[in-house]
Amino acid sequence: MQTEVRRSGTELPVKRRNAITGFKRQWPLYLLMVLPMTFFITFKYIPMLGVVVAFKDYNIFKGIWASEWVGLDVFREIFAMPQFYKALRNTLMLNVISLLTFPIPIILALMLNELRINWYKRLSQTLLYLPHFISWVIVGGMAIQLLATHTGSVNEFIKSLGGQPIPFLENTIMWILTYTGAGVWHYAGWGTILYLAALTGINKELYEAAEVDGASRLRKIWHIALPGIKPTIVVLFIIQIGRMADISFEQPYALQNGYVMDVAQVISTYVYTVGIQSAQFALAAAVGLFQSVVGLVLLLTAELISRKVNNQGIF
Amino acid sequence: MIRNSFEKVIDIVIIVLIGIFSLFCVVPMIHIFALSFSGNRAIMSGEVFLWPVEWNFHSYSAVFGDASMMRSLVITVILVATYTAVALAMTIMAAYALSRRNFKGRNIMFGLIIVTMFFNPGIIPNYLLIKELRLLDSPMSLILPLMINAFLLIIMRTSFTGMPNELEDSAWIDGCGHFRFLLRIVLPLQLPILATIGLYSAVDRWNMFQDALFYISDKDFYPLQLKLYQMVINSQVNDATAQEGFNAATPIPQGIQSASIMFATLPILLVYPWLQKYFISGMLTGAVKG
Repeated sequence: MQTEVRRSGTELPVKRRNAITGFKRQWPLYLLMVLPMTFFITFKYIPMLGVVVAFKDYNIFKGIWASEWVGLDVFREIFAMPQFYKALRNTLMLNVISLLTFPIPIILALMLNELRINWYKRLSQTLLYLPHFISWVIVGGMAIQLLATHTGSVNEFIKSLGGQPIPFLENTIMWILTYTGAGVWHYAGWGTILYLAALTGINKELYEAAEVDGASRLRKIWHIALPGIKPTIVVLFIIQIGRMADISFEQPYALQNGYVMDVAQVISTYVYTVGIQSAQFALAAAVGLFQSVVGLVLLLTAELISRKVNNQGIF
Repeated sequence: MIRNSFEKVIDIVIIVLIGIFSLFCVVPMIHIFALSFSGNRAIMSGEVFLWPVEWNFHSYSAVFGDASMMRSLVITVILVATYTAVALAMTIMAAYALSRRNFKGRNIMFGLIIVTMFFNPGIIPNYLLIKELRLLDSPMSLILPLMINAFLLIIMRTSFTGMPNELEDSAWIDGCGHFRFLLRIVLPLQLPILATIGLYSAVDRWNMFQDALFYISDKDFYPLQLKLYQMVINSQVNDATAQEGFNAATPIPQGIQSASIMFATLPILLVYPWLQKYFISGMLTGAVKG
């Protein structure tokens, strides 16, 4: 990495450096790396080889390596399955809709940055980050407690006002909104942190100069704060785009239910249902591999675009 | 002067908006808290908002009286403690070695680790690995595959790299080897980052249920989140149909579910204030330099 610390002017004499860099000094470091590298090889690289299951007629008793090769047959099979397209469509749809909430952390950060009352600022930050530490199981449980049509508190409240209950979790369109809202609840405050950090990094003199020129508050936000955090915005936006094909498992799984499977079954939950629950390993591995490859391509494309737009890559 | 009063208006608008959003973040939690202590009748009639009505501990005594719930709690606590210790030790070893400037081959090893962040082979190859290692239904399947988080490793390595080189040189001249240097000098100086990574690992392990759902089918080994999933979310369809049948019938599930939610969240809420302080500074170092 380029973060290597350069020692200027104080280079050690060559002879001593050789002694220091010799094996005598380095063997403990290799020893320290034995377990970590074993971990990465076993739990990260071997599964990468395991994707060959997608090209095999996997037989539980023969194991991965002894099973027969079947070429692209498994892929032909999944591309002929309507459920696969549905899962793909839902993954993209939920991600695109979630992308619409992308500006929320930016707006929150800009507002927090304008707050002058320090204790209020700190308190609201604490409250805003809190949801990020709550697991998706809990969020899903809370959604049921609050939003269920017959028993949820929100609908009890609506009914007590004489209104009709809203099927937040059972109606497909309402479910998509609930899913998106839960995402905002869980991530928005957390995303704010990065933008706030970028905002604090802006040179104070720019604000002072603008002050002298008589710029209004909104103008300062528009001409100083926003351009100042533009690189951060672009990087995070592109990372989001790169993740289009990818969807976490826990959020959709904790929020989905039998009524809304038509829109709630995404690739990751589909792979779980097909692969682990019905033990069609080859099929599910092929779906997973498809997703990983599309994800990798999107990520690398995003990196290229970021280098063009931002003059700086993400990585 | 006109500008001044306009600025005041903006200030008030911002304060109000931030306040609304902050409340939006905590009100659901407080409401569940209130439900968990309220009486059945009050829950059913929707009277409970932010404060318990008809205070009682029935829901909690049901949760604490549930043997499988307590077993899940014990398993989870053991799991979290073991996992945090193991993850911290492994990350420290790798981060220290990779942060030594003259360590031959560190770029190759670091590269190999970075690559794993980009290509995720997916759920099934991971599942098959666990299966072939005969770790299905073993608590080890919830620890071993997660021992090092590459992102946290980068953060810790960056922090270790930031230590002055002179420190290592003088320690070396004084006859201090790598192990002693790591234990006596690096770790004590790096306590904040260790706390960050440790707390983050602990919270992560506490909250995660995906791997348990995949790998653990023996109900005796269910960690808390999975137990909760089966209890609160998986049973909702049954509850809904039951409620349709006998509308005003037993409302107890709601109280119990609220109490279970609080039960599984309380530890997080307790560590959160410390977590936040360390975590933000730790995360920023990592995010900015990583």
